[in-house]
Amino acid sequence: MKSMRITHHPVLGKLEEKREVKFTFDGKPFSAYEGETIAAALLAHGVRTLRIHEEKKSPRGIYCNIGHCFECRVRVDGKSVVRSCITPVTDGMSVESGMLNVSASMKGVKP
Amino acid sequence: MIDLVIVGAGPAGLCAAIAAAENGLKVCILDEFIQPGGRLLGQLHQEPNGYWWNGIEEAHKLHKKAVQLGVDIHLGVSVYDLQKAEKGWFVYSSDKIFESMCLLLATGASETPIPVPGWTLPGVMSIGAAQVMSNVHRVKPGEKCVVIGVNVLSLAITRELQLCGVEIEGILLPHPNLVSGESADPERVMQSLLRLSHLAPSPFIRFGGKWVTPKLAVQFFPKKGFKMWGIPIQVRSRVLSILGEKQVEAVRIANVTPSGDSIPGTEKEISVDFVCIAGGLTPLSELAAIAGCPFQFFAELGGYIPLHNEYMQTDVQGLYVAGNITGIESAKVAMAQGKVAGLTISKDLKALKDITKIEDAVKNVVVTRRNAMIQFHPGIEKARTELYNEFSRSRGKMISI
Repeated sequence: MKSMRITHHPVLGKLEEKREVKFTFDGKPFSAYEGETIAAALLAHGVRTLRIHEEKKSPRGIYCNIGHCFECRVRVDGKSVVRSCITPVTDGMSVESGMLNVSASMKGVKP
Repeated sequence: MIDLVIVGAGPAGLCAAIAAAENGLKVCILDEFIQPGGRLLGQLHQEPNGYWWNGIEEAHKLHKKAVQLGVDIHLGVSVYDLQKAEKGWFVYSSDKIFESMCLLLATGASETPIPVPGWTLPGVMSIGAAQVMSNVHRVKPGEKCVVIGVNVLSLAITRELQLCGVEIEGILLPHPNLVSGESADPERVMQSLLRLSHLAPSPFIRFGGKWVTPKLAVQFFPKKGFKMWGIPIQVRSRVLSILGEKQVEAVRIANVTPSGDSIPGTEKEISVDFVCIAGGLTPLSELAAIAGCPFQFFAELGGYIPLHNEYMQTDVQGLYVAGNITGIESAKVAMAQGKVAGLTISKDLKALKDITKIEDAVKNVVVTRRNAMIQFHPGIEKARTELYNEFSRSRGKMISI
């Protein structure tokens, strides 16, 4: 998959080179620029689906990109409901799509 | 104790922090995002004199100044509750509970979504999301796009997406429903478009000059739309649905009559890999509601506004507002309002060195508003006057702590 990074911008100029960090998404290895969000790092690699809707089973991705809508929620190092659009990638981070048992846990059923 | 906690490190919050810190206040800013600057970060437009307004640079300048003045900025921190203390406020955040004498809400705005069949598919995002992704994160949201919603925000950001190398298939109307309201009405949209002729003088003069009334302009609107910066703007076509299996693959569109009815038999599909929804902005004001602030609705300002005066004081003692939470306007107005808030708070805490600065700063807000290149609504000034009158009626001109 080709990179979606905007390396040259007519007004903003050349993209600054940053240190790379490694993380995994659903077990697959990915690289990110240090300090960038999980959502941006995944989109740069062409990954758009961040979770599967808990009840409808439909694919979901980024909607608002600034933490308001919670559409992009993922699980990070075992912690659920992490907004990938405002959470920076750290080295060795494990990101998992979705939170498939949310409806069960919300209903008080043991997932 | 902290003198002032500011929620929001955008243009209003940073300018308030600078003004307050310059008067010796101990200031702390909390913001959810990874970088300071708020929505200023994504902004990029060319002003009539040719100068590029680069939001990232402007944000950096403000951030640097605030840090130099000793402002304590906490990023990646969410505020979820506020409690009035005997003296001041408890601010509950995802980090810890902050305690401060005064509290400034500079939370900005949120985007109004327009639901469209298929809008939950990956590859559909709000226009602001696309702006942050491309200008701040420097990641292209897709290769080829359709924008739903013709308004000042969508025009400005679509232009920015084009600069990032995104191919724009067009900016179209949304499907009429309870949420889209007037934004699906060709004539109403045309009316607001004709007000923007100063943004791209030549295409508008060519176009708007011929048909002076919105009604005529809609009637004779070219089938393929007219182009601004090479982007087709269509007020006689609408998106019916967004199509795709696992992500966006196409949109289904139809032509509409001048009064906004779909024309049967004109439906067709356009293949795109991403869609932006531009439903406009509304003040992000939940925290003001939690704090017990009274509200009033002003369509011109973008929705329900926490009652406040021109000094940015609210009806609640020790609570202030600045920026888009007080009504949707440009970043420059937010900056000017932030300065007023910072000075008023300094005065209320008996720290203001030069009292004349407040009136100058209030005047500067008015001047900045009048000079704003992008006017989000023609009735802003009138609505503001009404709002301040309403405030004085209920509370008197100035509140002191």
